[in-house]
Amino acid sequence: MRAASPRLIGLAAVALMGVAPLLPFTPAFWITLAGYAGLSSLVAIGLVLLTGVGGMTSFGQAAFVGFGAYTTAVLTTSFGFSPWATLPVSLLTTGLAALAIGLVTVRLSGHYLPLGTIAWGISFFYLFGNLAALGGYDGIGGIPPIRIGPWDLVDARAIYYLIWLFVLIAVVLSHNLLDSRMGRAIRALRGGGAFAESFGVDTAEAKLVVFVYAGLLAGLSGWLYAHVQRSVSPSPFGLSAGIEYLLMAVLGGSGYVLGGVVGAGVVAVLNDQLQNGLPKLIEGGGNLDAIVFGILLVAALQFARAGLWPMLRRLGPPAAPKSVDLSAPPLPRTPPPDKGAPLLEVEGVSKRFGGLVAVNDVSFSVRGGEIVGLIGPNGAGKSTTFNLLTGVTSATSGAIRFRGERIDRLPARKIAERGIARTFQHVKLVPGMTVLENVAIGAHLRARVGALSSLFRLDRAREAEIIAEAARQIARVGLAEHMHKPAGSLALGQARVAEIARALCLDPALLLLDEPAAGLRFAEKKQLAELLKRLRAEGTSILLVEHDMDFVMTLTDHIVVLDFGAKIAEGAPKIVAESPVVLEAYLGGVE
Amino acid sequence: MSPTILLFLAQDGVMNGAVYALLGVTLVLLFTVTRVIFVAQGAFVAWGALTMAALENGAVPGTALLLVGFGLAAAVVDLLRARGRLSGRRLGLIAGRDIVLPLALLALDTALAPLKPGMAVDVLLTLALIIPMGPLVYRLAFQPLADASVLILFIAAIGVHLAMTGLGLAVFGAEGSRIDPMVAGVVPVGPIVVKLQSFAVLGVTAAVMAGLFVFFERTLLGKALRATAVNRLGARLVGVRVDGAARTAFALAAGIGAVSGVLIGPLTTVAYDTGFLIGLKGFVAAIIAGLASYPLTALAAVAIGLLESYSAFFASAFKEVIVFSIIIPFLLWRSFAHGAPADEEEE
Amino acid sequence: MSAPILRTDALGVSYGRVEAVRGASIEMPAGGVVTVIGANGAGKTSLLNAIMGVLPSSGSVAFDGRLLGASPIEERVARGLSLVPEKRELFGSMSVEDNLRLGAWRLGAKAIRTGLADVFARFPRLQERRDQKAGTLSGGERQMLAMGRALMGRPRALMLDEPSLGLAPRIVKDIFHIVGELKETGVSILLVEQNARAALQIADWAYVMELGEIVMQGPAAELANDKRVIESYLGLGRR
Repeated sequence: MRAASPRLIGLAAVALMGVAPLLPFTPAFWITLAGYAGLSSLVAIGLVLLTGVGGMTSFGQAAFVGFGAYTTAVLTTSFGFSPWATLPVSLLTTGLAALAIGLVTVRLSGHYLPLGTIAWGISFFYLFGNLAALGGYDGIGGIPPIRIGPWDLVDARAIYYLIWLFVLIAVVLSHNLLDSRMGRAIRALRGGGAFAESFGVDTAEAKLVVFVYAGLLAGLSGWLYAHVQRSVSPSPFGLSAGIEYLLMAVLGGSGYVLGGVVGAGVVAVLNDQLQNGLPKLIEGGGNLDAIVFGILLVAALQFARAGLWPMLRRLGPPAAPKSVDLSAPPLPRTPPPDKGAPLLEVEGVSKRFGGLVAVNDVSFSVRGGEIVGLIGPNGAGKSTTFNLLTGVTSATSGAIRFRGERIDRLPARKIAERGIARTFQHVKLVPGMTVLENVAIGAHLRARVGALSSLFRLDRAREAEIIAEAARQIARVGLAEHMHKPAGSLALGQARVAEIARALCLDPALLLLDEPAAGLRFAEKKQLAELLKRLRAEGTSILLVEHDMDFVMTLTDHIVVLDFGAKIAEGAPKIVAESPVVLEAYLGGVE
Repeated sequence: MSPTILLFLAQDGVMNGAVYALLGVTLVLLFTVTRVIFVAQGAFVAWGALTMAALENGAVPGTALLLVGFGLAAAVVDLLRARGRLSGRRLGLIAGRDIVLPLALLALDTALAPLKPGMAVDVLLTLALIIPMGPLVYRLAFQPLADASVLILFIAAIGVHLAMTGLGLAVFGAEGSRIDPMVAGVVPVGPIVVKLQSFAVLGVTAAVMAGLFVFFERTLLGKALRATAVNRLGARLVGVRVDGAARTAFALAAGIGAVSGVLIGPLTTVAYDTGFLIGLKGFVAAIIAGLASYPLTALAAVAIGLLESYSAFFASAFKEVIVFSIIIPFLLWRSFAHGAPADEEEE
Repeated sequence: MSAPILRTDALGVSYGRVEAVRGASIEMPAGGVVTVIGANGAGKTSLLNAIMGVLPSSGSVAFDGRLLGASPIEERVARGLSLVPEKRELFGSMSVEDNLRLGAWRLGAKAIRTGLADVFARFPRLQERRDQKAGTLSGGERQMLAMGRALMGRPRALMLDEPSLGLAPRIVKDIFHIVGELKETGVSILLVEQNARAALQIADWAYVMELGEIVMQGPAAELANDKRVIESYLGLGRR
């Protein structure tokens, strides 16, 4: 009953915004101002998805607004198109531009990416200003207003409704996108996102999708802007505007769709107050906004990096947990390998980094239905071996076969496709996503549904299947009661187990676990061992890299011992435990 | 296309390139000590030139007031942060550095400016006003973020750029100024003539570049400063005061900025926002050199100056487009060649 | 032995709600080797970081008879306290020699010269690698460099955080040998180790830490024969 509350509040807010302009005491300039806030909101929402969610900071979004605006300006003034006819053309132009720019930009890493956006942000500003066809720095005037039926939308009120209708649509579409298979992939991008590749996510594609989506929202804003303003010139599409859009996202809350709207609103009001409302404090006028915005941006980073929206959101009721329909049909499964049949074969694999030999001619194999332990003191080459198996790095020489097929030259994504799932030594869950959503990333490859269908909620049947599968795997590892908590709130032991659930969602034939027992308490280790035994009984093969000898001894069928990058022993646990070389390597005799 | 024009364009390009180099090497200096990509460096250049111009006109420069404001703000921040746990010595330091010094400079300027004390004194006064601003800007904007990622520091630098540009407009107005040359006269170079002031710019650029190179690559003190950016905790464990190092770097940067402003003021009209575009070009050069090498940055800056000069002649409309687009392939190359920068994993 | 050079009183470290160290009171006699042993996650590293001022803490730390209060790391270094951290924290893009020189950058040219000679004598390996970038060293060499860099600063008390972590047995032997030699030079050493066997052999006095608290202390030789210590830290465990 209370679950509907956030939605009710949302509807009330929309209703309020719908009624407000009709009230007699609402000042006319507030309506105009709200219209401009709506235009910026569109850009800021896209920037939230790009920057706060996808982790790609852009200072160049204003250029995409320019693409949308100039396209319709040229077509309506020089070629007599009607505004509505130019909407798809504007979006197409912007989309293609975003695709072309995105193909280059999303490949930039770290802080190179925002530097790149500054470069093209400035370049397009000068391009707009220097192309005769676009009217140079004077721009293009006489753009017709948008018509609906017999009415020209020139009245501030009419425009207000049109703009905010688009904002509403953008908010809904953005929420739909984030709450989907592609959305989870996008949300995993932040902080590198390389781990998502291990579950078959094409991170370059996910980056491109969100880049183009953000560009399209900016282009839509530009199209509207051209017909509201009735003229375009380069200055609103320059770097300063791009910086202002980023300020909106940061101020409002760059991790939240509605943060973009809040930020756009705050900046619009501030802009108005600083330029018109306040008395001219300083001679020269019109510069107070730059000073205040600059200080606000720095202050937001220093004191409220999450922005205003999460503070506002806390005032309302908590969001309803994502619904889980366990009756949804199960996802397709691949039959497990035959018990005892060779599954993974590592043949004479070596890895050199410069002069350092990290892994030296190591061979071993994992058979269907067995648990193999890979052990050795710190620095013995376990992690490097693990990285070789999972496609993080590639071997200098030797071969790795999985079900008879060479996989040693495959990237992580392709290895995942073949049914190998992994966990990470340093837990890699997206802290802001719930456990359920994190685990659902594991099923990425098993229900292929695209971004477009998720925008319009055509993915719900598949989505229900994915979520049901994730919920089943969470229950299987014993985390059901934590399903709807943010992953960041889990204790280390629980987080490790959640990673196993995510790996199980891939329906793996082979499970690779990187130090699963590290940092676990005794009771937790026991539970983990039980879980792994159960998985083995169900036909899953497991290779685990582990430090804890006791844990490995009681659990595994076969142990491979590495030291100095080379295999020094191999065999059944009992035999390995009594081997003098192993004891020497482990105890580090200090006589 | 005559050789004279080619030569003229070349001297123009080299001259501009030298100015970009001054900004570029300063960005490298700041990045290698503080990890801040300080896009606002151009503001120090503009403020330097405009302060000098005001002094030449016998007026008290607006930067004197700004300095007092910055100092007060820093003092407030320090006091709030310390929340009563302040030793007398520390309190004295804050009061002296953040309040008394700026006020003293303001008083000095107010007393001296109407007397028009001449170029040498003007230059000293300009340096005295601009240099303390560097550490104050660091204290206010970046010190609270010192542990943040390069990306966060960069966004903060953008904020600082906005604020400094706005402040420049507020205290200097939108009008540009020109100042008297340090060295008057021209020298014929083949068929063209070159202003002596231009040679002064070239000389100072070369000296600054060489000085920074020697200091940061060859002296232990310079390496200690750089160590703070390489490994902040490691630097603290060998006793480097990391905030002190950053303040020093920003003081140097502000000083170089002020000198650049005084040097280019006679060659071109400088307005409150002139510095940004110059700064961005220096920044393109620094990026091409990987924000790491002084000589490479200087070289890249001269190349950009030449590229700009020739594209201004052959495709004037697209001059800026060409200059700023050139950075993209370098960014791509750096992304691929060196993989993710160290702090890819967000805060 | 003489008066303690370092003493903590009811030291506590918290990360949010989690208390990593609780009421830890330890003493470090001048010129001796003290060890703190304990399992992974027992709070040993947090204890050292609190003493060094890397982490804020409750309780008090006194060095050479003076309370350190909330003084910053740099000030503690200047007084003669030094930490070789678990993650080594080297200057990876700088040469081995520059790393060492930076260890003594505030002491002047003469101290650097004698310091370098001393460190190179102790760690001949570092001399061979003096022009190599620190980031390209192997694990053992990194540990040697971290120790060497700390020694360059002429510390009076040296804290070593897991010096054997991730090192091959032979190198661990070398490192402990060097710790033993350092003891002869009069520098006081606080050694935090998971490798309890080696640590107890070299130390004069030992503390055992469990779940953030000091649960046991005594002469190292005695603890090495204590039944509980043997069971928890010296044997191969319950196998």
